Amino acid sequence: MVEIFGIPSQALFGQLLIGLINGSFYALLSLGLAVIFGMLNIINFSHGAQYMMGAFAAYLLLQYSGLGYWPALIIAPILVGITGVIVERLFLQWLYKLDHLYGLLLTFGLALILEGVARNYFGSAGLPYTVPESLQGGRNLGFMFLPNYRAWVIVASLAVCFGTWFVIERTRLGAYLRAATENPTLVRAFGINVPRMITLTYGFGVALAAFAGVMAAPIYNVSPQMGSELIIVVFAVVVIGGMGSILGAILTGFGLGVIEGLTKVFFPEASNTVIFVIMAIVLLVRPAGLFGRRG
Amino acid sequence: MERVVDPLAKKPSALRAYSETIAFVVMVVALGVAPFFTYPLFLMQAMCFALFACAFNLLIGYVGLLSFGHALYFGWASYLSAYAAKVWGLTPELAILTGTATAAICGLLAGSLAIRRQGIYFAMITLALAQMMYFFALQAKFTGGEDGIQAVPRGYLFGLIDLRNEMAMYAVVLVIFLAGFTFIYRIIHSPFGEVLKAIRENEARATSLGYKTDRYKLVAFVLSATLAGVAGATKAIVLQLASLTDVNWPMSGEVVLMTLVGGLGTIFGPMVGAFVILVMQFKLAPIGEWVLVIQGAIFVACVLLFRRGIVGELANKLRIRL
Repeated sequence: MVEIFGIPSQALFGQLLIGLINGSFYALLSLGLAVIFGMLNIINFSHGAQYMMGAFAAYLLLQYSGLGYWPALIIAPILVGITGVIVERLFLQWLYKLDHLYGLLLTFGLALILEGVARNYFGSAGLPYTVPESLQGGRNLGFMFLPNYRAWVIVASLAVCFGTWFVIERTRLGAYLRAATENPTLVRAFGINVPRMITLTYGFGVALAAFAGVMAAPIYNVSPQMGSELIIVVFAVVVIGGMGSILGAILTGFGLGVIEGLTKVFFPEASNTVIFVIMAIVLLVRPAGLFGRRG
Repeated sequence: MERVVDPLAKKPSALRAYSETIAFVVMVVALGVAPFFTYPLFLMQAMCFALFACAFNLLIGYVGLLSFGHALYFGWASYLSAYAAKVWGLTPELAILTGTATAAICGLLAGSLAIRRQGIYFAMITLALAQMMYFFALQAKFTGGEDGIQAVPRGYLFGLIDLRNEMAMYAVVLVIFLAGFTFIYRIIHSPFGEVLKAIRENEARATSLGYKTDRYKLVAFVLSATLAGVAGATKAIVLQLASLTDVNWPMSGEVVLMTLVGGLGTIFGPMVGAFVILVMQFKLAPIGEWVLVIQGAIFVACVLLFRRGIVGELANKLRIRL
């Protein structure tokens, strides 16, 4: 067997793959946070809970309507996105004039509610969700075994991330969004319905989280606490990358996932904490974050 | 002939002018007699959480910094205090000091990192650092992992007074709580506290007036962490237990909730909030996980409907300071 730095190459590439998978989720979630923060000036603490909702929506769709993975990948984000729109209309819209902190507190409360409800109905133990038939199995790449589903997760999340980047940076709709982030009053004066844009942006960000949740369902168990642990790591990712740049959020997400995976190979005790340590170092060296502006 | 007095022109009544003093006396008397009417253990726990919330409020209420990771200082002080009392066999006052010193050091390290960013990032950084220290607590040997440090001896205060006596322990906790509470009151009303409030209102302006705001924020952060440490260290001795619950993120959320319910930036709010939340948890314990849902709902209701909190609303109604 081939060894690299005294580590069997199978283990090394295996962890690298897991790192890329985790990185896909970091990227998708931090992207959603950045999009929401850009428009609403709110840090969406319930992002993790909405990711969890996506996974549960996929699970319930399978249990009660017999809809499998592929329909769920479309339906679950739409359903969860609609709840996001309702949340924005009911709660968040009253907070824009207040300090940012209230948005954080309110969405934290929402996260507690969602997680509590999920725990009451499904218990704390994880529920299994099987890999769709079309993606079962895998292929041998010579140096490692690559399960098809994992390859799909990486490709799909890259596609969604770059799709989002393209819409925001390269289309007319994206131009409106960016303009409304800079100066909402002026954009309204041009006859664009900014409040509706804000609502839909939140719905879209939440739908991204749910999309990540559906993709995560076959990899991790579907469980009520799957979101709350992830969201704290994603916060660290966001602090490292800064929320000013969409591409920055994507790159930081994938990069940190890979670093975390490598840490699992070389120094497993630190794998839980490595991202936080990197955050501390970045704060010392580049307080504004890797891609951020000072603020 | 009777003189007509314009009620608006009236000088503030004694009640108004001394509202804080009166409330303080009421609080001391209430806490003094309470153990004769209800469980002392519950009251001691509540006082520890009240001090924790007051310490947290020093940051959010008077400097405008939302720390979402205060469980770090509470929990790690609790661990070190329990460890010092159980393994090193220190007397309770030294164990509490050990825990407090730990929290102060953690506060200095975490604070100097967190104040490098403002606003929403500050909250995320404190949360992330607290989560990192949670993982250390989970993996370190001396914390006992999932079991925590159990059966911590209460010991003899100064080597003399047996704290297994519930009333003796109660007196100690009461003294610690009142000392912490008064200390925070003094900080808030000192020239230093005025600068903190100026930073909360307008940091750029405070900077332009020549204040090194980062230094003020760091000192406030360390003070808050230290006092949270006092609370955690005392709690470990009272409940004879230090566990992962104390360092995990829901604990950070709980102290935010207590302060929010009681009233951000009020002197008595955090204390009231801590008692309200603990009574609620105690009464609602039978319904299990729904407590989480109710706590979340209270968060939402507080943020949307009464941001001043219980004490803040009361003070506003009566037009007094509390």
